[in-house]
Amino acid sequence: MRPAEFRNPEQEIERFQRRLAVTGGLVLAAFFLLFVRFFWLQVVQHEHFQTRAEENRISLVPIVPNRGVIVDRKGIVLARNYSAYTLEITPGRVADLEGVINDLATVIDIQPKDRKRFRKLLEESKNFESLPIRTRLTDEEVARFVAQRFRFPGVEIKARLFRQYPQGQLASHALGYIGRVNDRDLVTIEKNDAEDNYRGTEHFGKTGLEQKYEFELHGKTGFEQVEVDAGGRAVRVLSRTAPLPGNNLVLTLDTRLQEVAEKAFGDRRGALVAIEPATGGILALVSMPGYDPNLFVDGIGQADWEALNTSENKPMVNRALNGAYPPGSTFKPFMALAALETGKRTPQQAISDPGFFNFGGHTFMDDKKGGHGMVDMYKSIVQSCNTYYFVLANEMGIDVIAGFMRQLGFGSRSGIDIEGESEGVLPSPEWKKKRFRKPEQQKWYAGETISVGIGQGYNAYTPIQLAQATAAIANDGVMYRPHLVKYVENIATGERTPIEPEPLRTLPFKPANLEVIKRAMVGVNKEGTGARAFAGAEYVAAGKTGTAQVFSLRGGTYQRDKVKERLRDHALFIAFAPAEQPTIALAVLVENGGFGAQSAAPIARLVFDYWLLGKLPKDAAPEFEEGEEGD
Amino acid sequence: MTEFVFQPREWVRRLAAPIDPVLMGMLVLLLGYAFLVLVSASPERLNNQFINLSVALVVMRVAAQVPPQRLMHLALPLYVGGVLLLVAVALFGDITKGARRWLNLGFMRIQPSELMKIAVPLMLAWYFQKHEAMLRARDWAVAALILLVPVGLIARQPDLGTAILVFAAGFFVLFLAGLSWKVMSVLFFGGLASLPFAWTLLHDYQRQRILTLIDPEADPLGKGFHIIQSTIAVGSGGILGKGWGNGTQTHLDFIPERHTDFIFAVLSEEFGLLGNTFLLVLYALIIGRGLMIAANAPTLFSRLLAGSITLIFFTYALVNMGMVSGILPVVGVPLPFVSYGGTALVTLFAGVGILMSIHKHRMLVQK
Repeated sequence: MRPAEFRNPEQEIERFQRRLAVTGGLVLAAFFLLFVRFFWLQVVQHEHFQTRAEENRISLVPIVPNRGVIVDRKGIVLARNYSAYTLEITPGRVADLEGVINDLATVIDIQPKDRKRFRKLLEESKNFESLPIRTRLTDEEVARFVAQRFRFPGVEIKARLFRQYPQGQLASHALGYIGRVNDRDLVTIEKNDAEDNYRGTEHFGKTGLEQKYEFELHGKTGFEQVEVDAGGRAVRVLSRTAPLPGNNLVLTLDTRLQEVAEKAFGDRRGALVAIEPATGGILALVSMPGYDPNLFVDGIGQADWEALNTSENKPMVNRALNGAYPPGSTFKPFMALAALETGKRTPQQAISDPGFFNFGGHTFMDDKKGGHGMVDMYKSIVQSCNTYYFVLANEMGIDVIAGFMRQLGFGSRSGIDIEGESEGVLPSPEWKKKRFRKPEQQKWYAGETISVGIGQGYNAYTPIQLAQATAAIANDGVMYRPHLVKYVENIATGERTPIEPEPLRTLPFKPANLEVIKRAMVGVNKEGTGARAFAGAEYVAAGKTGTAQVFSLRGGTYQRDKVKERLRDHALFIAFAPAEQPTIALAVLVENGGFGAQSAAPIARLVFDYWLLGKLPKDAAPEFEEGEEGD
Repeated sequence: MTEFVFQPREWVRRLAAPIDPVLMGMLVLLLGYAFLVLVSASPERLNNQFINLSVALVVMRVAAQVPPQRLMHLALPLYVGGVLLLVAVALFGDITKGARRWLNLGFMRIQPSELMKIAVPLMLAWYFQKHEAMLRARDWAVAALILLVPVGLIARQPDLGTAILVFAAGFFVLFLAGLSWKVMSVLFFGGLASLPFAWTLLHDYQRQRILTLIDPEADPLGKGFHIIQSTIAVGSGGILGKGWGNGTQTHLDFIPERHTDFIFAVLSEEFGLLGNTFLLVLYALIIGRGLMIAANAPTLFSRLLAGSITLIFFTYALVNMGMVSGILPVVGVPLPFVSYGGTALVTLFAGVGILMSIHKHRMLVQK
């Protein structure tokens, strides 16, 4: 550049105008670029942005459907919904949560347990959900809050449907309960591809039928298309798809029978499963003690939860499905049937019982000192003779026993429509190999077979397995999958989807052999160990008592009074009636109940009396005084 | 003493005398359009905007009255006063939203940077006029200093939008004054090369805005929200638009600052490509008229001033529409003559007034 330039005005103007022209061109070019950009957005990509604007504008608000109700076989309601007001806080919209709750407490009664529950919900939830601080507000409380509402942004009253179990503790282990959706439930929902249908749903079946039939009971979530602003506030409703209420469950269960059975237990612990042999429908499913499922619906309080979980009665355990007990002498009819079917015994073949059985240097004792004398099959069942089965088991061998028992369902899940059933233990050399680590423990000893033969030893079955096997005998070998739901009812269409009685398998038992066993079981209640419980019955009931050892006696005799209550034997009873055309088969277990004849059989009697005759017991929990010998 | 005579026609004639009917006609069309959009975007602000507009028109009329020679005398004091005020802002300014832009005078708050949009081109035009006969390298350096001191002060506030506008206004003067292409290309490539360095000088939020422009979806609910939502508004408008008052993005509050910096999104959503094109054409016509006035201006000073004022309008429009449609970063630049707000409107109409004055006096000087 030269140090200075002298300028010619004409040239200057010309140059200026050239520069102006250049800028003019730049302006047009820039505007053209803008136009191209607009064309791109508004013509080429228009549809995409149109869609995004719509997505912005329209929000789908789920409308949670009414959960299906659960009724028993006669229409008695076991689970239903009711509407109540809740006071809810959206934590994301409240800065000082503690302060707001304190302020609220001046308007509405808020107990420390409400705060505790709220805090627990808060930990489990996302910030934008509204959470109940109080449920079931009275009308007066609602009115009081509404008058003060302006003071509490982020707090609102909502009308919600709550689950209610009107029968309280009754059949709690069959029904189960619902609770607030947690992470595990979300996984289940995801696995079932039901995320869309569960938008807005706050409760989920946790146990029992509520869990198993969750997706039937839930219904189809409806949607409201709502126009929302950028803050997510609804401006107006554009359209509405009504929710479809969940399906109702109609159970095979009989509430009154269930009540009779539960009352018969009194405050004893135990389980009872009653099955309709011809269908597998469960008439009563008892696990005592129960619990009140209503406690769980809107989040169980800390104190209640601890009480339920620390109680040594373990009310949360479903003993009918998860308790595995040695069957004791209730195993004998099945052993006898095995002997007949495998040809190891004829009904008439008798042994002489000296009161003990020596094997491999060990003496296996009979209950009756001096023995039962000559014992044939009938007598072995009616009087519950151990020696007969010591000898029999020894002759049959563990493999034959295990093979036979397996087909009756022992040691495998019954397939009842409740989750989490236990398998129990069907002892066999293979089982032992899997169960134990050390080689010397893995070996099966012949002596162990002998204990198995009288239902002790490693035998451990759930009450429902016992009931199922009993029903199989009652039903002449046709086995059904036990189930609680008779049919699922769609209340919109009225359509009923029956849970078909599914014959699991038909066991090829010879009718003559079954007859022998049934006759002997009838004998039990007529002249044997169950005679006392069934004295004066107006129907013919077949049964078998049993006692399962809890405490192993190393020599010495078992004296009931001297053993701590918790170490007493479990009492068992299996039965079906009427013997010629059974409509009910059951298994009863009373934990630490002592002799089966004493505490378990009377419960069966009350259940049968109600089922067959409609008789209600005058007094709950009868128990005979000691006296009747044998088990 | 002249007698008072009731002559309304004469008064209107005198009042309208310095006003360029062509430019005014285009502006009236644009203002009408702007009010239409504002009624949809924020009807409750209509009255205020009328007041703003009245003040702006008075300023325009006054500016149109002032002959360019008088303006030349104002250049130095306005510029020096403006720079001093900027220094005062840097020292004692009020902080609003993290930026020190306002000076509290006790009875009112002023934003001196706004003044510089006119004062800087005025000063530069005056400077080049003074050195018209002989331009030495030193003069260019002084001119550059005149430009960069206020721009630097404003950028430090920080107010990138205004800094860009002031810089553009001043740069246009230099460009029209004949800044050699060689120097410009050196500056351009030098600038390009120093970009990484400039990056380190930017505030975090400024960097974020540039990153957001490149990939708005990276943070759709946070930093990218504005740009995504305004782009959706523009795109969903389609060819004919959703109709006046029917913009869902606008009316459901998805558009931030919908009456000020983002008003173009409202216009675009409701009037579509057609409405955008109409706006572009109006701006092009106004700018064209301004450039014509510059081309016909009698002195170097008035040529440079008219040219640069016109190009400020262009810069405003380009930066704003580019930002709303997602091709330029978000800076606080309003849509000229359309966005709600008094300050920008007054500045813009002061510029219009100066243009009109230059146009009015194009013959007088030459005589």
